[in-house]
Amino acid sequence: MITYLLRRAGLAALMLFGLICLTFIIANVAPSDPAALAAGPDAGRSQIEQARREYGLDRPLHEQFLRYVTDLTRGDFGRSVANGRPVGQDLARYFPATLELCLLAMALGVLAGVPLGMLSAVFKDRWIDHATRILAVSGIALPPFWFGLLLQLGFATALGWLPTSGRLSVFTEPAAPITGLLLVDSLLRGNGALFTEALSYIILPAIVLSLPCLASILRVNRSEMVEALRADYITAARANGVLRRRLIAVHALKNAMLPTLAIIGLRWGWMMSSTVLVETVFDWPGIGLYAVSSAISGDFKPVMGVTLIVGLNFMIANLVVDLLYGTLDPRLRDA
Amino acid sequence: MSLLEISDYRLAFDGFDGTAAVLDGIDLAVEAGDTLGIVGETGCGKSVLARSLLQLNPVPPARVVSGRILFEGQDLLRLPEAGMRRLRGRRIAMIFQDPASYLNPLLAIGTQLVDVIRGQDSAAGGVVRPRRAARALAAELLAAVGLAEPERLLDSHPHQLSGGMRQRVLIAMALAGEPRLLVADEPTTALDVTVQAQVLALISRLVADRGLTLILISHDLGVIAQSCARVAVMYAGTVVEEAPTAELLARPLHPYAQGLLAAVPDLDRPEHRPSGIPGSIPNLLRPPGGCRFHPRCPRATAECAATKPLLRELAPAHRVACHHAAP
Repeated sequence: MITYLLRRAGLAALMLFGLICLTFIIANVAPSDPAALAAGPDAGRSQIEQARREYGLDRPLHEQFLRYVTDLTRGDFGRSVANGRPVGQDLARYFPATLELCLLAMALGVLAGVPLGMLSAVFKDRWIDHATRILAVSGIALPPFWFGLLLQLGFATALGWLPTSGRLSVFTEPAAPITGLLLVDSLLRGNGALFTEALSYIILPAIVLSLPCLASILRVNRSEMVEALRADYITAARANGVLRRRLIAVHALKNAMLPTLAIIGLRWGWMMSSTVLVETVFDWPGIGLYAVSSAISGDFKPVMGVTLIVGLNFMIANLVVDLLYGTLDPRLRDA
Repeated sequence: MSLLEISDYRLAFDGFDGTAAVLDGIDLAVEAGDTLGIVGETGCGKSVLARSLLQLNPVPPARVVSGRILFEGQDLLRLPEAGMRRLRGRRIAMIFQDPASYLNPLLAIGTQLVDVIRGQDSAAGGVVRPRRAARALAAELLAAVGLAEPERLLDSHPHQLSGGMRQRVLIAMALAGEPRLLVADEPTTALDVTVQAQVLALISRLVADRGLTLILISHDLGVIAQSCARVAVMYAGTVVEEAPTAELLARPLHPYAQGLLAAVPDLDRPEHRPSGIPGSIPNLLRPPGGCRFHPRCPRATAECAATKPLLRELAPAHRVACHHAAP
């Protein structure tokens, strides 16, 4: 188990290095001149050259890369040329909002997707199976911005139950962050009113973000459950009198969870990198919005920073998935 | 009354290409304490028949066409699932062919045994014993099937065990509910020859010690000869001959049974080359009319193609389904 984990962690470290190289290369081949951007729209040639020296952009590429990496190890993501702030500071502000949104969306996706997948496999070809299939297909097919607008129209505008957009009311002053996740912080401080308010803001975007993820978890879990319920070991356990609910919830589900876990890991990475549509519709102050607005103005350090953070997150998620795989599958532990 | 009485049992499988008449009028009786072997080629329906005793054939595609399976006077074909659950493992238990795929790869041996024991407690409607007590019984069962260090084994997983050990674990599971009838479906087919002999000896010993009734399914007459007093020969979903094992080996009366025996090499007389049966097993979607064996039978006549022969008792306890067989 230890060697299995070490191997996985080593692989993740290699992948991280690859990711750093990739972001660096992409930033350098992109058809935009950061020096010109930094110098401003009216700058002359000499001013641009000065900005180039200031940001070290006149140095050879390998030197720039070395500096980029050493800065990263100190937690320095560079400076945004558009607003002049350190990218690390901006990330610390925007990332928790995205993380909170994604965590809640993933929790919804898993908590609904796995049981619905189980149910639909157990009642295969009955009405409940058909109903969840409609949910699964629409979850993948509905464009998130359209679905988001629809929910806003329904729950915010027509019914008035929930706020339209944002993370908190503009009149609410959140206390200094502990984790940066509003729901967690408000619970830690025992602030029920703030929790309810934060929940009312996050629930609609979380639902929109979770739907495609829920759909794919449901589909994978259903087909794997159907497969597992047909397996020889289930026949044997049934023949020997194992209780039906234990058969489904433990004997079959454990086997079905292996591929389901893999899809959860993949979906996590996908979710992190695709929050921008949802963040735009709901005006959610996360890294998706931040990355896109930076990219539009050709400001590359924030884009590189966001790419790294999202990639790092994906790797951590995969490491967690590998760890869970190991605890679930004894064959991996011994391998 | 026999412990198990199967009469006119017909089972069909509905598929996309039509309906396969997999079992075609099975008649068999098993007395308490009997050891019955069922022999036949792959696809003759012997495993489907074995699974019918626990109602394990998936419905659909399986569909009962007619017949009765009386076990202790209860018709299993008309028993609701809840009633069947009370029988599984506790009155009728089953051992399977490939122990590697019939044990859950992700659960510890102990967990699987404990779930069996507690599941049966719950089906019995009595007190479900606590996990610790179930675990103690699980260790006893593992010891009873000749496995060393049962305590340590409870915490290991199937992939850490050899094929023979896995089969012993499955046998221990089948014994957990102290069943009366043990159905063993090709229990040694997936094992090495040396392990085969040990597992067969174990099954025979358990049957004798615990007074079990045994139905042993195999395609291997040698395996059946070792452990069964009686044998039934199946062909394409029908029982064609049934006799005491020694009698069948010495004087097979059905042409198919004669063909099967002629296909076994005789080590004492190497000059006798084993001979096969010409043709191949029929497609059950369109089975031949009359006697299902007649297209391959050297003695077939017009009568064989027209009417299905019924089992007739031609000698004491020796029944044959053939128009032309004579004692």
